[in-house]
Amino acid sequence: MFLDSDLLLSALRALTPILLAALGGALCERAGVFNIGLEGMMLMGCFTAVATSWFTGSPWLGVLAAALAAAGYSLVLAVGAVTLRGDAVVLGIAMNLLAVGLTSFLLRTVFGVQGTFDDPSLAGLPLIGGFTPLAYLSWVAVAVAGVLLSRHVWGLRLRGVGEAPDAAATLGVRPASYQYGAILLSGVLCGLAGAQLALGNVTLFSENMTAGRGWIAVVAVMLGRAAPLGVLLAALLFGLAEAAGFRLQGLGLPQQATDAAPYVVTLGALFLTTARRRRRPRPSGARS
Amino acid sequence: MTRISGALRSPLTFSVLAGLLIGALFLVGTGADPLTAYGAVLTGALGGDGIGATLTTGTSVLGLALALAIPLRAGLINLGGDGQMVLGGITAAVTGLTSPLPAPLTVALALLAGVAAGAGYAVLAALCENHFGVPLLVSSLLLSYPAVSLASYLARYPLKEPGSSLPQTRALPDGVALPAFGDSTVTLGLVLVVLAAAVYWFTDRRTAVGYEIRMTGLNARFSAYAGVERRGLTLRLMAVSGGLAGLVGAIGVLSFPYRFVDGSLTAPGYTWTGLTAALLAGAAPLGTLVAAFFFAVLQVGGLAMERTTEVPRELTQVLQAIVIVFLAARLRLPGRLLRRRSREREAV
Repeated sequence: MFLDSDLLLSALRALTPILLAALGGALCERAGVFNIGLEGMMLMGCFTAVATSWFTGSPWLGVLAAALAAAGYSLVLAVGAVTLRGDAVVLGIAMNLLAVGLTSFLLRTVFGVQGTFDDPSLAGLPLIGGFTPLAYLSWVAVAVAGVLLSRHVWGLRLRGVGEAPDAAATLGVRPASYQYGAILLSGVLCGLAGAQLALGNVTLFSENMTAGRGWIAVVAVMLGRAAPLGVLLAALLFGLAEAAGFRLQGLGLPQQATDAAPYVVTLGALFLTTARRRRRPRPSGARS
Repeated sequence: MTRISGALRSPLTFSVLAGLLIGALFLVGTGADPLTAYGAVLTGALGGDGIGATLTTGTSVLGLALALAIPLRAGLINLGGDGQMVLGGITAAVTGLTSPLPAPLTVALALLAGVAAGAGYAVLAALCENHFGVPLLVSSLLLSYPAVSLASYLARYPLKEPGSSLPQTRALPDGVALPAFGDSTVTLGLVLVVLAAAVYWFTDRRTAVGYEIRMTGLNARFSAYAGVERRGLTLRLMAVSGGLAGLVGAIGVLSFPYRFVDGSLTAPGYTWTGLTAALLAGAAPLGTLVAAFFFAVLQVGGLAMERTTEVPRELTQVLQAIVIVFLAARLRLPGRLLRRRSREREAV
């Protein structure tokens, strides 16, 4: 049978990096910052995780370093878009480009290899019940983000900053500090996503290994309307498409068809949801 | 004098200088002498051995820079250059291999087919924005992946050269090629792309359409109020943009090695370099030309730098991105549309 529990399990494994990155993107979106630098932040996380794990022998330090490095990298967006009021879209694109260049450059200067760094003694993350600890963490993060945004005062203020920065400022909430917080958190989450990708899904680093997953995460934010549960469902859709792709490849479909599957499915889902939203316009202010 | 000091204070000069400075720090960090390295970039790209490669790379970079600059002028970001270019390339290859016409006509037909394929695919992304509300930025990028996969599949299976281990189509028949200048790899394609730049300059400066496009980029709401029909404009701009990207793909196939090689169009990252150039120039026609040339020099000179100083050539990619990071933080570019429009949709 094609749709079985195995497929669901491999979908759950595939979705973790997307989910973590998309949660970060959703926080930024709610704070009124359009973050399309997710891909670059993830890639920085991938490289830092692999490099730290290699030099210290501990994948846990790799995860920690990835979170810190990506958070540090996200400061570029925070300073550029919030403090200097630069263009977040252009900044995000430039950050993605910079990450590809920087990690390829470092791959060659630090490890002296081109393309892929793959060593049997590189320590990856352990599996608990078939999933890495980061996968469990990502599910917890969905719940935490959900509670934070709907119940906690920090989350409510964050949403206020995103929807009406001037009104929030009048109430004594400093929009910039909330936006910094959201961007830094998205950096941490993207760093974890990168660590999961490089030390969990596989144990290696290769140039541009995120391969559009950060963009899928951006789309997942749109699909899920920046709500944690919605983002989870959107990421699950992508995970299913990726897992189904691998399954079809086993059945003899060429790799190119399965490579394209997640993007086509995501685009299709985007059509359907936005088309439905258009027919039945929501009352203003009624964010899911 | 005031002009000089003004230029020095402009965000553009600041960004380029800051990029070069940070690049120099990287070079020092890897133990290389920045002056030697930058010197190697310049002599490698502009010297007798490198100028041909620079102009060949420059053809593709300028073509894609123009393709992305034209919609950018109206605040639209087309991220699907890879897909549009690759479809143009594979269509030109199929046309070149199957056309029964004499060689010169086949070349013209292949170019047109490439343009049509790129334009048609880009229009698809525009329709996604117009009719489904999927932002152009996202729809164009997502559409790019299946196109690249499709072309890769075609080059590896149905169109693959029999007996070859490389993922490439058969070579085009004799004579089905763009004329080259002398012994170099520079072809008539460069002239075509420069001509396109000239047409863009004229349209931007001298025609009503160009004015409408610029006004839309500066203030979309004002131009809508003044009667610019946005959906139609998006459609037309994306058709031109994708057509140009398709043209670059077709030029690539009709130049050395005269076939479609899987990955040869996408691997050098022309789309991103082109976008960087267009952003750097604020999509202005002449500026885009200069910026595209600048980045072609960086890209080709990077190889020479790698040979003389052993600093990886990826450093030049880092340089490009740093310049844009600085510029984006300082300049307001016509890229805010997406955000504003999504807000408006949210409010409806």
